[in-house]
Amino acid sequence: MVTYLDHAATTPMRPEAIAAMLPYLDGVYANPSGSHRFAREARRAIDEARDVVAEVLGCKPGEIVFTSGGTEGDNASILGAVRKLGGVAVCSSSEHHAVLHCVEHVHGQVVQVNVLGHIDLQALTATLLGATPENPITVVSVMAVNNEVGTITPMREVAKIVRAHAPKAILHTDAVQAACWFDLREISKLVDVMSLSAHKFGGPKGVGVMMIRLGRDLEPLILGGGQERDRRSGTHNVAGIIATATALLSTDVARQDEVARVTRLRDRLVDEIMAAVPDVLETVAREHRVPGIAHLCFKNCENEALLYLLDESEVCASAASACASGAMEPSHVLQAMGVATEWSMGALRLSLGHTTTDSDIDRAVAAVAGAVNKLRR
Amino acid sequence: MSGGVDSSVAAAELKAQGHEVVGVTMRLWGGESDTGCCSVSDVDDARRVAQQLGIDHLVFNFSDDFNTHVVDPYVKAHVDGFTPNPCIECNRHLKFDRLSERARLLGFDAIATGHHARIESDDAGTLRLARGHDDAKDQSYVVHMLDQVELGYTMFPVGNLTKAQVRERALELGLRTADKPDSQDVCFISRTGGREAFLGKRIPFRIAEVVNEDGSPAGKVEALELVTIGQRKGLGMPGGGPKRYVVDVDTPNARVTVGDESGLLRETFAVRNVVWSDAGDVARLATTNDVLVQSSAHGAVHPATLQVDDVATSVVVSWLSPQRRIAAGQSVVFYDPTNRFVIGGGIAAN
Repeated sequence: MVTYLDHAATTPMRPEAIAAMLPYLDGVYANPSGSHRFAREARRAIDEARDVVAEVLGCKPGEIVFTSGGTEGDNASILGAVRKLGGVAVCSSSEHHAVLHCVEHVHGQVVQVNVLGHIDLQALTATLLGATPENPITVVSVMAVNNEVGTITPMREVAKIVRAHAPKAILHTDAVQAACWFDLREISKLVDVMSLSAHKFGGPKGVGVMMIRLGRDLEPLILGGGQERDRRSGTHNVAGIIATATALLSTDVARQDEVARVTRLRDRLVDEIMAAVPDVLETVAREHRVPGIAHLCFKNCENEALLYLLDESEVCASAASACASGAMEPSHVLQAMGVATEWSMGALRLSLGHTTTDSDIDRAVAAVAGAVNKLRR
Repeated sequence: MSGGVDSSVAAAELKAQGHEVVGVTMRLWGGESDTGCCSVSDVDDARRVAQQLGIDHLVFNFSDDFNTHVVDPYVKAHVDGFTPNPCIECNRHLKFDRLSERARLLGFDAIATGHHARIESDDAGTLRLARGHDDAKDQSYVVHMLDQVELGYTMFPVGNLTKAQVRERALELGLRTADKPDSQDVCFISRTGGREAFLGKRIPFRIAEVVNEDGSPAGKVEALELVTIGQRKGLGMPGGGPKRYVVDVDTPNARVTVGDESGLLRETFAVRNVVWSDAGDVARLATTNDVLVQSSAHGAVHPATLQVDDVATSVVVSWLSPQRRIAAGQSVVFYDPTNRFVIGGGIAAN
């Protein structure tokens, strides 16, 4: 019996999203860029999807760009801003690699985070104030929710600082992990550009959404046929886009209830594990964390070994990100937060989602306690 | 599973024998690798083979330990004037220590590799590390450090096969590694840049004067750290004339001495950090101390006698007939007089 607690990595597609996309695989299969009525049918489907997404995000349909996922959206935002505007990119040290590597690639600046994983607001201010007219800050990227430990960024404060000290800079947020837990309308009004990834909210892998506020221009990453108003060329993944809109709508509608339901499950998971084994740290305090993530550090436990034993009990969890070889890398997020090695080596992320039930929690608690005790024997 | 054909077939053999097998690739070197061992594409090969064999494939990140036990000592050795063997240190500290420790922790009964070697039990019940069936491919030298405990926890499934048989088996199974060339070189030294590029980024090279055995000057080398005992080429010596070898490297004084082959010959030399297959052999060596000595991965063995010190961690080797000096830092392995199995081994001293 599989106990899937890796929803932050990906979550099962919602049945209504699958149902919505099927007709577009073998029925309405035309290329929406064509000029015949068959193409117009496909075109209409994505325009309707666009309207749905725009409503959930609280923006105009013209501000929505469909992409291949969160990584593309992050790349398009950072690289697109710097290529268009020159200047310097800034991000926090706990960003997902899709942002961090881009900022490093364009020799940008990385701002430290504190022990909670929040971007250090003073350091951010100092960085923005340290810019020169020759090297202005042109894009600032701060993720809405951290994918590893679940920290919620105080976006309002961040936006205030960026608008005050770098008013011309593009403010981007990777909101990939925020979609299930927050009203995206509240986040979108604070930023210029936002990236989302469909497979994190029950849509398909390989599709994402960017919101680019009108008046903010990025150099497109992908050139070609001029789709998405020249912002992202390439034949539309029609079925994927339909599924994405359906999944996003479902997520928005169910969100309030889901937040309550998942919070209760997550709190029970953490409380019962902490009662069952000693020397475990709840990495970030609950009030600063999204409901779906339970991130724990087991002192002096090797997390590779822990994940192996959990896998034997069919519990799916994760620890840090994997590198190209499939090996786990030590977590740059925990390092940025200053978590000591004897704890971070035993980092475990259990993440919950729309299919998580009480029996998942029961099995996970037993498996984690069993595995940790076995390793510590 | 390194991504090579030997470990691929080793896994296949174990599965065929009915064992519960899990394939593991160790992520060791984080930088570029073009030598066919442990790069990202090699991990892909290992994973694909595991999938074809129907076994789980895991990747363990031991890169920190690799840096500590293999890479950093490799660099330091060159600074200090030694010629290290990093692949042996990888076996010693990673495969048969870190990995076997992890395997025990996870409840496994043994680890296996694709090395061409065999583990046999002699009449007294002592485990012996024997040479692999294929003489040309025998790798007992590089795994010589295994003691009774590790020998009891290790399996070498392809040790009874020739290389040709291994490739044949891989072909039968449709494994993509069947015709993959063997990795010859150190995984973190690229084929294009070599040691010079790798070390050049990490240590300053010192110019050394080259002198003849009588002390008369013979030239200069740009990088003392890259010079090894016994080296003939790359010294900037004029061609023609008798063969000139590096007969001594004086690291503190940055001086290299060249001479003819006779200048290389030694009757005795010291070996440190000696480890034994079976502690019981040490006592036996006090009375019957004939051994065969091998000082490179596929080198010939030469007869010698051993004088073991009080704590059995150092040995003086006395050759039956003089042999070329072995560069300090190289592994020296002792075989029984019938040349079948390893007795022990250590590191050649200065």
